[in-house]
This record gives sequence, C-alpha cells and structure tokens, in this order.
Amino acid sequence: MMEIQELKRLSWELRRDVLEIIIAGGGGHIGGDMSLLNALLVLYENHLNIRPETVNDPERDRFVLSKGHSMEAYYAVLCHRGFLELADVKARFSKLGSPYIGHPNNKLPGIEMNSGSLGHGLPVCVGMALAAKRDGRSYRVYTIMGDGELAEGSVWEGAMAAGHYRLDNLCALIDRNRLQISGGTEEVMAHEPLAERWAAFGWHVLETDGDSILALDEALSRAKRLKGKPTVIIAQTTKGFGSPLMENRAGWHHHLPTAEEYERIKADFAAGQEADTVDE
Amino acid sequence: MNKIPNRQAICEALLAQAAHDKELFVLCSDSRGSASLAPFAERYPAQFIEMGIAEQNLVSVAAGMAACGKKAFAASPACFLSTRSYEQVKVDCAYSNTNVKLIGISGGVSYGALGMSHHSAQDIAAMSALPNIRVYLPSDRHETRQLIEALLLDEKPAYIRVGRNPVEDIYSETGCPFTIDKAIWLSGEGKKVDIALIACGELVKPALDAAGILEQKGISASVLDMYCVKPLDRQAVIQAAENARAVLTVEEHSPFGGLGSMVAQAVGEACPRRVKNLALPDSPVITGSSGEVFSHYGLDKAGIARAAEEVIACAAY
Repeated sequence: MMEIQELKRLSWELRRDVLEIIIAGGGGHIGGDMSLLNALLVLYENHLNIRPETVNDPERDRFVLSKGHSMEAYYAVLCHRGFLELADVKARFSKLGSPYIGHPNNKLPGIEMNSGSLGHGLPVCVGMALAAKRDGRSYRVYTIMGDGELAEGSVWEGAMAAGHYRLDNLCALIDRNRLQISGGTEEVMAHEPLAERWAAFGWHVLETDGDSILALDEALSRAKRLKGKPTVIIAQTTKGFGSPLMENRAGWHHHLPTAEEYERIKADFAAGQEADTVDE
Repeated sequence: MNKIPNRQAICEALLAQAAHDKELFVLCSDSRGSASLAPFAERYPAQFIEMGIAEQNLVSVAAGMAACGKKAFAASPACFLSTRSYEQVKVDCAYSNTNVKLIGISGGVSYGALGMSHHSAQDIAAMSALPNIRVYLPSDRHETRQLIEALLLDEKPAYIRVGRNPVEDIYSETGCPFTIDKAIWLSGEGKKVDIALIACGELVKPALDAAGILEQKGISASVLDMYCVKPLDRQAVIQAAENARAVLTVEEHSPFGGLGSMVAQAVGEACPRRVKNLALPDSPVITGSSGEVFSHYGLDKAGIARAAEEVIACAAY
C-alpha cells in the first residue's frame, strides 16, 4: 500500500511521463489520459495484485482498460510498476513495427486483452468474473470505461449480465469527465441520471471525486466490501486534469501539444505538484 | 436417411469432453434449444452460461472466460453470430487471440422461409476476412464430431458453421479420414478427370451425388470435401485443378468472398483453369425450405451436374 501523499507525488511524475510519451510518439489522447491517470495509479498501486512476476498467476486480479485510447496513461503506470521500460516506450511508441501502439496490446506483459473499440471491456470482464465465480477463485476483475463510451449498447448488455449473475467480484470505474470528442457528453448523448441507470441494472453505485487520489482509494476499498452485486464507481473527473490549458476542453481529446503548449503544461504540472506539497 | 443434425453431433462431442474436462464451457444466447445444446445445459449446468438474447455480449463474455483459461464454445444462430457480434469476434477473439470456438448454428438458408434476417449467406466471407479466425463447414455428423474433437485440442479461435437440418451421411462412424485443415477426397484423388467438384458444408453430399450423375453420362469428376474453408487446403485445391479440365465450386453462401472466391484465387495464381462458382444469388433468396431453395438455385445434385456439364463445354482444351 502506498501512502496518499506519495501517490500524489507519483501522479505528477506520471503526468510528465504521459506528456513525454505523447510528444515522442507524435500523438495520443492526452485529455482522457489526464482524467484517468489517478484511477489507474491508485488501482495498480493499492488494489490490484498484479505485478510483473504474477502476470500468469491464476489468482491475479484482472484489469481491462476499456477506454483503450487512454493508452499513454496506461503506459506510464505499467512502466512505473515495472512491466515495461519507459525509455523503450518513449523511443518506440507509435513507430514502425513497435508493440507500443495507441491502444492496449496483449502481447505486452501485464495487458490481458486488446481494446480500442469502445464497449468491449465490461462484457469481457463479465466473462472473467464469471470464470472466477465458477472456479471458486477469489480474484477480482476491474475495468475502466469512459463516459462517452456508455452510449455503446454492448456496455448495457454487459451491465445486465453482471447484474443478473450478481458478480460482486467485478468493479467497473467510469471516468466521468463529461467530455467526448464532439463536445459535452450530455449534449452529444445524455447519460444522466447515470447512477440510477446503473442501479436499475442491479449494481451497487459509488460516486466519488475521481481527481482525488484519497477519494478513489476509499471508493475502491469500499467496492471490495460490497457484496451481492457488481459495483460501479462513477468517478467525477476533469478532462485534461493538471493543466488549466487543457482542463475541460473537448479540443484536447487528442490534441498534440505544440512546443509552446508543452512548456506551459510542464509548468502547470510543476505548479500543481507545488500546490499539493503546500497542502501537506 | 440420418436423423441427426450436425448441431446435435456438436453437443454429443461436447458432452463427451465435459465428462472429463472442467475447463470446457458452453455459452448460448437463448439458443440452447436451437443449438441442440439443452442436454449439455441440463447435464453440466456449472459449465453452461446463458447470456440471453445478446450476441455481442455472448462473444465478449466467452472471450473473457477464455482469457481465464476456459475452452469457450459460444453457440448462436449463424446469422446473428456472424453479423451482430462481428466486432466482438474481431476484437475480443481474433485480435486478443482467445480460445473461443464460435458455433454458427442454422447457417446459410437453414431457416428457409424466415427471410433474409435469418439467413447467413455472408458468414464465410465475413469471418474469413478476420486474421486469426479459421472457418469450418463440416459436411456430415461424423466429420462434425471429428472436427470438434480436433478443435478441443487447440487454443485458438475458430468459426464453425452448421445447418439446422439433418444431412445424409457421407462418412461412417469410423470411416471419416479426418485430419485437421486437410480437405477430404471423396472421389478421383490423383486421377485425371473432366471436372473437379469442390464443396463445403451441406452441399458436399449433393456434389458427391452429382458426380454419380456425371459418371453415368461418361463425365469423370473428382470431389473434394473442403470443410476447412480457412485455412483453405490450397495443396488439395491445386492438385484437384491440375488434374481437371475445369473446376466447379459449390457452397451455401453469397457468390462473393466464400469458398468459390478462395478456390478461384488459388487456382488463378497457381494453375489457371476455368472456375465456375455455384452459390446463392447476390439478393434475398426465394422463400422456401432450404431444400427447395437449393433446387431453385441449382444447388442440388441435378443442378450441380448441369452446371458441371456447362463449364466443361466451355472449358479450354
């Protein structure tokens, strides 16, 4: 278990890694990377029992990144956890013949399933959770979805089945940053009342501040104690979190920072980290 | 006449496996009855998963189970499995390389008069276009059983299409010379013939019968059961073409992207011969039982024999 303050420091470090990976590869989905990063970090540091030496352990927890386009954030976390080498990822991301593509690639250590097309992670995780139940194994299964992704019908097929089979070993986290490529999620295709929708499908629903490492850590801990139904954590996040230049702007969904913007974002990260330190 | 449809042969093979293999799982989309899998669900409920009418979820859940070491057999009508859940097959099975065996039941025009929504005349083309997906159309119950037994031994995805109705036996209980991914010569292997008939699935038997009609007319034919449409047994195709004046393919599929297209591609590349593809039309098929539909489009033994004569007549000497 990593202390919250250390996780906060690490979050800024990994934000810088994400930025460097995107600049090195000449593209990426920076807005969603930033809203999702804390959830991934807390999950991998404090909740999943997956380590490089346990990638084939039948008792390992399973994680599927359903919003696969937030791959740069996933690279940063996988590198930090020792699954991948950051220098190698930066050198080869999106390059000819590279295994480091813009979405999860399960030929890489620690990545269970390929994704990229939205609405796949939850149904796949339903299968993993069912397998655990039928085997009497105690591992838990996690997925992270985007909020725009929830317009995919397959999400609700999975949600229905998870509720039907009472898969309390399954936890889905929604990166509720309220923006998608064309604009606000509620304008593009409304999701509210989101909590009620999940509850109606037979899920425990937790709502939390998804930018707060402490709140995420508490929600994930609480989800483990909830029995009888699967749990969804609606994590209210800020797209582009960490730099006011990017925050809450749909245009930063997959914008590649210019040289000037790159410097500005780095300065914003430094200021954010400084503010976190002062808070201590 | 055999009364056991190929789908039932699949169930019997899976029941035999489940008796000693707890990693085998069968998933259905409210299709256990039409897949003949109700006996499996009854005898091995802990190894059966009902997904409801949700074919996308069916395939993704099967992939998730396979990723956890299960041998997942997902059975659903071929019309829905090959279209509704196509992207799940592409991403979660083919791309993620999960051990999911997709059983497309009541394939082709098995559902006869139910209309185009229930026909799967596109499944060979669709599934074959996905890297890492193998496509099999076994011809009778004995071959079906051997195919399933062979597929239980590997850990890669595959699509298997079977029809709804019982089909006449081609092989016997012990008389199917089955090797995975090798077409089976039903007649004329190694012989110089007038025409090579290459068929798959339910139309292998009419093709074999057509060879009998042709023989009575003094026309020699070889017959290949190309149950392995992908990977196509290219060696057998080329051998058949080299020994024949022309090639006739027969399939219960659209004229595009199926067995005929693949055979023509292989023959065109390696040993050009005139190739004629007998298939369903590129339009919604006429209303009728599958047998009536086959006859209407010349996919019965008489139609196949007639087409063979026509293609020989215009084949270059």
